[in-house]
Amino acid sequence: MDPQALEPDRDTFPKLVRCNAEHRGHKVAIREKDYGIWQSYTWREYFAEARLIALGLAALGFTRGDKTAIIGDNRPQLYWTVMASQALGGVPVPIYQDSIEKETQYIIDHAEVRFAVVEDQEQVDKLLHIKAQCPHLEHIIYDDPRGMRGYSEPFLTSLAELQELGKKFEVGHPTYFDDELARGKPDDVAIICYTSGTTGVPKGAMLSHRNLIVTARNAAEFEGLQSDEQILSYLPMAWVGDHIFSYAQSIVTGFAINCPESVATVLHDLKEIGPTYFFAPPRIWENILTNVMVRLEDCAWPKRKLVHFFLELAQDIERARLSRQPVPAWRRLLYPLGRLFVYGPLRDNLGMRRIRRAYTAGEAIGPEIFVFFRALGVNVKQIYGMTEASVFITVQKNGDVRLDTAGTPIPNVELRISPEGEVLYRSPGVFLGYYKNPEATRQTVEDGWVHSGDAGIVGHDGDLRIIDRAKDVGRLADGTLFAPKYLENKLKFSQYIKEAVCIGQGRQFVTALINIDLAAVGNWAERRNIAYTSYTDLSQKSEVYDLIHQEVGRVNRSLAEDEALRGARIRKFLILHKELDPDDEEITRTRKVRRGYIAQKYAALIETLYGDREHVEVEAKVTYEDGRTGTIRADVRIRDVAVPGDSVSP
Amino acid sequence: MTGPDARPLLEVAGVSVRFGALVALNQVSLGICHGEILAIIGPNGAGKTTLLNAISGFYHPYEGRIVFDGKDRTHLKPPDVAALGIARTFQNVALFKGMSVLDNLMTGRLLKMKGSFLLEALYWGPARRQELEHRAFVERIIDFLEIQAIRKTAAGRLPYGLQKRVELGRALAAEPELLLLDEPMAGMNVEEKEDMCRFILDVNGEFGTTIALIEHDMGVVMDISDRVAVLDYGRKIADGAPEQVRKDPAVRDAYLGVSHD
Repeated sequence: MDPQALEPDRDTFPKLVRCNAEHRGHKVAIREKDYGIWQSYTWREYFAEARLIALGLAALGFTRGDKTAIIGDNRPQLYWTVMASQALGGVPVPIYQDSIEKETQYIIDHAEVRFAVVEDQEQVDKLLHIKAQCPHLEHIIYDDPRGMRGYSEPFLTSLAELQELGKKFEVGHPTYFDDELARGKPDDVAIICYTSGTTGVPKGAMLSHRNLIVTARNAAEFEGLQSDEQILSYLPMAWVGDHIFSYAQSIVTGFAINCPESVATVLHDLKEIGPTYFFAPPRIWENILTNVMVRLEDCAWPKRKLVHFFLELAQDIERARLSRQPVPAWRRLLYPLGRLFVYGPLRDNLGMRRIRRAYTAGEAIGPEIFVFFRALGVNVKQIYGMTEASVFITVQKNGDVRLDTAGTPIPNVELRISPEGEVLYRSPGVFLGYYKNPEATRQTVEDGWVHSGDAGIVGHDGDLRIIDRAKDVGRLADGTLFAPKYLENKLKFSQYIKEAVCIGQGRQFVTALINIDLAAVGNWAERRNIAYTSYTDLSQKSEVYDLIHQEVGRVNRSLAEDEALRGARIRKFLILHKELDPDDEEITRTRKVRRGYIAQKYAALIETLYGDREHVEVEAKVTYEDGRTGTIRADVRIRDVAVPGDSVSP
Repeated sequence: MTGPDARPLLEVAGVSVRFGALVALNQVSLGICHGEILAIIGPNGAGKTTLLNAISGFYHPYEGRIVFDGKDRTHLKPPDVAALGIARTFQNVALFKGMSVLDNLMTGRLLKMKGSFLLEALYWGPARRQELEHRAFVERIIDFLEIQAIRKTAAGRLPYGLQKRVELGRALAAEPELLLLDEPMAGMNVEEKEDMCRFILDVNGEFGTTIALIEHDMGVVMDISDRVAVLDYGRKIADGAPEQVRKDPAVRDAYLGVSHD
């Protein structure tokens, strides 16, 4: 059977939702915690609500091919709007809700968005500010009427009003919705996801219904997803991952998604829902682990000792399993006891008791974090995905999980490594191209093969290992291999280091700019009675430098074990006086370092790292949440790191 | 009297409060109209909190009258004042520290609860229904004030800014017609102040609640109030629109400390 074949009455998402409404109409499709209670909507309600939104949009003059910007936290209404736009032959364009005005404006303008459906007043205000620069934007529709009483702009409509308009429109056009829905084709653009892009302007990747349906179905079959799965939809809707998990896979397999009450309650809601299928980027796993450890430190010592003992035990067993080593019998005998006293209760407390499979992706995950959750019995797996591939490229198979791989290709995905070492892939999920950017599309796709931009190797076991961004792998002045992200990830595996930027391309030796983790280092400092006033103050304490120095030493020791990387050990580092922040454009919304921008912004600091001075006075501009800017001043120290057994002295 | 809307919701007429020889309020007259936000400002010790205490029944004026909704309420006790639809918050947060935020808000509903102690204890029949209704109301306040994440947290463990917000929530739980806020933004950072301003404006705009607040931050006062009354040494020295009060020479003198001989 052709893997790309779709039945004509199920070849677009709106048609699939209609099928779900007919065949499993009473089953819960989406829940949202509101007023303290999980409010449920069935597939029938999902379809009916989305239908009214679509008719309302039609009443406002929506035509095929129009773009709908969708901005807000994960809300049922916004997922319905995705389907509503698609049903009318339009294209939803989700935008990160915390994007600054400039970024939002770029996307709305570039995508020629006519309709924007947003969550609340905050987003409306943002759009009102930029509307003058977005000539295509005609209508702004908001869900939450709170605070909107004083707005009289004629182009503002509440979602409730929109649905009322839809009801009236239907009277005059009873078959309009069904006709438009039937006109949908599987190769129509289903969504445009703007990639945050570590360099240059965002690019809008166009994915078709076919791309998404086929990929979602293949991955669901590969993982054995059932229609009774529960997931928590808490990652930004603008991110292709949420679109695949919370929209495409939910619709294709018919499982229920759950929207948290607010951003601040996610971990609590996780516990209440107890998802069976869970996705989190490494920083969330890390957050959960840090929370557990901080709370554990506050326990009475017998409890603490007991938990530490069993956690060590489970992690030893898991490490042995991951590296295919035998596990001693006494450990295996003790494990059930640990499950009874520690692992089970802890998993339950974290809301992870029912997880059948969980993913981590986006960035490399620290081995300790990965091992910790697997040791508890949470089936965390690494995946490798990209927007351009409708996410799924490789996934670790159940029972074949390793520490440093990204798994094997899912069905119908082909993978190869170019002579330059770049990962190339071809699959039914490969996107239609970048919106209004054929040049970039040509550079990315060659004969159906997509250049991932990542350097990787495929092992003899068929598993893919990603080393770094292909263009970031560089050389030191003496020709030594320098893979900055590889070093940075090693640094970030320390609980005290939140971000790191390594520099070395064309230089004599490697240096690092480091961001401490305020929660972990702050806690560490409090336990040692080290007083501090602010992030800036804490970051420049000599005790903190000593702490980070040890961590850098640890990384250097592990680098020394590898002949190719010996020369790339870190000779000097400094701790940055401010956190790298997406609002300051230093990292992307998905927390990827923007190397070029940082090199430019911190040029003076970097030069000092390669000079003789031991400290440097700096001023940094920061952007606050409300868009105002301010300056912080600091005296940043430079720390040398001894590298034993090497002749080049910094 | 021209009509019900022009009539002040609360009228303070020639009220004086004395503590022994100290005259804390000296014949203050002040009207609070339906649906407005009135700011009461003045230097420390001017009698602002005393005025609020006199309105909410903690102090009884030794002369003058307090009329709420057309009826004389000069000598009521605090619980009776609360039952009339006047709720307040305190300068020093007065929450039940050991109770959860949710329970603290539920105490704001106590005046609305009926039924016997026994039924309440058994959580049965009408008592159960009643509890659910009140809980639903309190949940709307939690949503309104965006404190979902701390619903089950003990009030005493919260940072100061959030405690202030919870206290506002408890006052709102009583569904007041008149809300008295004693320095709702004291000790807050800029962001917390902005949030609080928005909540106050939204309470006023969406529920039509009349609000009288004491505040020191002039930026906040000028931004959110419809009218400003200025007290100094127990007397009202100015009363009017924010812009007008700002230009008033007597107000400038009071704040700049010109001698009062």
